[in-house]
Amino acid sequence: MSAPHPSVGTLRARFGAAVLRTAVSCGDTFVVVARGQVHEVLAWLKGDPGERYDYLVDLTAVEYRDRERPIEIVWQLWSLGRRELLRVKTELPRDEPLEVDSSCDLWQAANWLEREVWDMFGVRFRGHPDLRRILMWENYAEGFPLRKDFPLRGRYSRSEQVRQALSGNLEAHYSMEELSLQEAEPYLPEKVREDLRDQGLEV
Amino acid sequence: MTTRTVTYDLATPSLDATGRVVRAPLSAADNQLSAEHMLVNIGPQHPATHGVLRLVVELEGEVVVRVIPHIGYLHSGFEKLGEYRTYNQIIPLTDRNDYLAAPSNNVALAQAAEKLMGIEITERCRVLRVIACEIARIISHLVWAGTTGIDMGAFTVFLWMFQEREKLYNFLEAWTGARLTTSLTRVGGLMADVPDGWTADLRRWCERFPAVLDEVETMLSKNGIWLGRNVDVGVISAADAISFSLSGPMLRASGVPFDVRKDRPYLGYETYDFEVPVGEHGDCYDRYLVRMEEMRQSVRILLQALDRLPEGPINVADPRVILPPKTRGMSDMESMIYHFKQVMEGVAAPVGEAYSAVEGPRGELGYYFVSDGTAKPVRWRIRPPAFLNLAALPRMSEGHLLSDLIAINASVDIVMGEVDR
Repeated sequence: MSAPHPSVGTLRARFGAAVLRTAVSCGDTFVVVARGQVHEVLAWLKGDPGERYDYLVDLTAVEYRDRERPIEIVWQLWSLGRRELLRVKTELPRDEPLEVDSSCDLWQAANWLEREVWDMFGVRFRGHPDLRRILMWENYAEGFPLRKDFPLRGRYSRSEQVRQALSGNLEAHYSMEELSLQEAEPYLPEKVREDLRDQGLEV
Repeated sequence: MTTRTVTYDLATPSLDATGRVVRAPLSAADNQLSAEHMLVNIGPQHPATHGVLRLVVELEGEVVVRVIPHIGYLHSGFEKLGEYRTYNQIIPLTDRNDYLAAPSNNVALAQAAEKLMGIEITERCRVLRVIACEIARIISHLVWAGTTGIDMGAFTVFLWMFQEREKLYNFLEAWTGARLTTSLTRVGGLMADVPDGWTADLRRWCERFPAVLDEVETMLSKNGIWLGRNVDVGVISAADAISFSLSGPMLRASGVPFDVRKDRPYLGYETYDFEVPVGEHGDCYDRYLVRMEEMRQSVRILLQALDRLPEGPINVADPRVILPPKTRGMSDMESMIYHFKQVMEGVAAPVGEAYSAVEGPRGELGYYFVSDGTAKPVRWRIRPPAFLNLAALPRMSEGHLLSDLIAINASVDIVMGEVDR
């Protein structure tokens, strides 16, 4: 057994009960943080001169086959100066909306990574500047592919998938952001109009 | 009929006293024209986007105001497919992830699975994996240099680079039977040992290859057009590069000396003598210099690996993870049972999770497995360096000319298989 991860003690001392538990798996330490405090913890880990986890290696989600277990959001942090890895997790219970605070204000890399988690798992990141699908297309209607209740071959039959693809309006693949350009306006599909209205943008 | 003389300034850049490129200032004289923004769609079927990348570009005249990348055209759902496969069955998927550096991906997967299962590989396997990773890095950088050359109008480089790449693919073909989709590793070892005479041939190639790099550098490094297209184009500061989680040559060109091989050594990289080239300005030209130097350093590593390549087995002596030899499986009851269990059930990993990364040609290529104790992972996550590098493209290219956008996009060295997964 090697020495415990140096950040575990400081995290516990600083945040106390917000650090729900820590564990070591295959030599890597991870810290599970309460959902409400996770942004605060990440900001502290990034900014504190003793921690300096300045590099966001990865941000992803994990859903277990056991449907009772909560969905986990995982941040892999790396300190370039201290050469230390730390994995921070938070758990999203099934009976509440899947939401967690965005870390886009801490790392610009979180922008696309959070979009991917939203796209694949349906987890909303509060405060994300542009939370829309990234790998699947804007009006993809089959749900969130990496969820365990999503069948491997997709929800729709192949013929339905082909029909939707062929009947789709190519202009609908433009994103919200581009649609602020006036000339794209006539091509907006109704769903995108709704989304824009929800975001308080005039079409 | 009268003649008149028209004088004009050639926009060809020249170098000032300090060696930096002198640029003709962008003329914004005609405000009538620039008042209207134009929306241009590049790709997804466009050779300069290096795959099925689509860029929606808002232009003011010829100046890029906004770039919005659209990805996902090559989304194959690898991570989902992996949840339905045993660890060894995932290996062919990793070939197709970053298809310019399949061996790096094979090694990354095997390494993560071995970390999860607590397997210690043999010394010969370790050295052969280093050789495979470095060959992959050189191949990938060769493709990058060749295609970037084409983007800038330097066709010769493309031909020279692809000639060398062809030779390296011959080595991979002799070793694994495949050129592109190598499926080189197995959990606990390799799919095959290198054939007789292979190491001697590779050594000969290593000794000759730096001369090709010299020729290419003669062609490009002081070439006025190459400098004009690359110097001070697509600059990203060290702080921004870290914030965008860039990795590999993209991060190092901005002056951040982070290399997984040095900072989190694996496969015994700490015992090899090599340098990590680091840029200063974070522009396209520094990325070019960094990648060229990385190829030379890879050759150094290859030669050291060939020197130390020990005899011995390539697979761990553990019948639970490594298939018995075919002859034993046919003649010996115990071996047949092990064979049957591995093929029918796969190798169960203990409950836990492991993140393990290699330094791929594009940067930190991490594989993250979560296991619930069965033979198939609950979650297989690829930490995609090209995806994160591409996310910084708008930051690097906004404010540049449209033609610079092509240069910057080339310098990012994306592989859409990995961006979209």
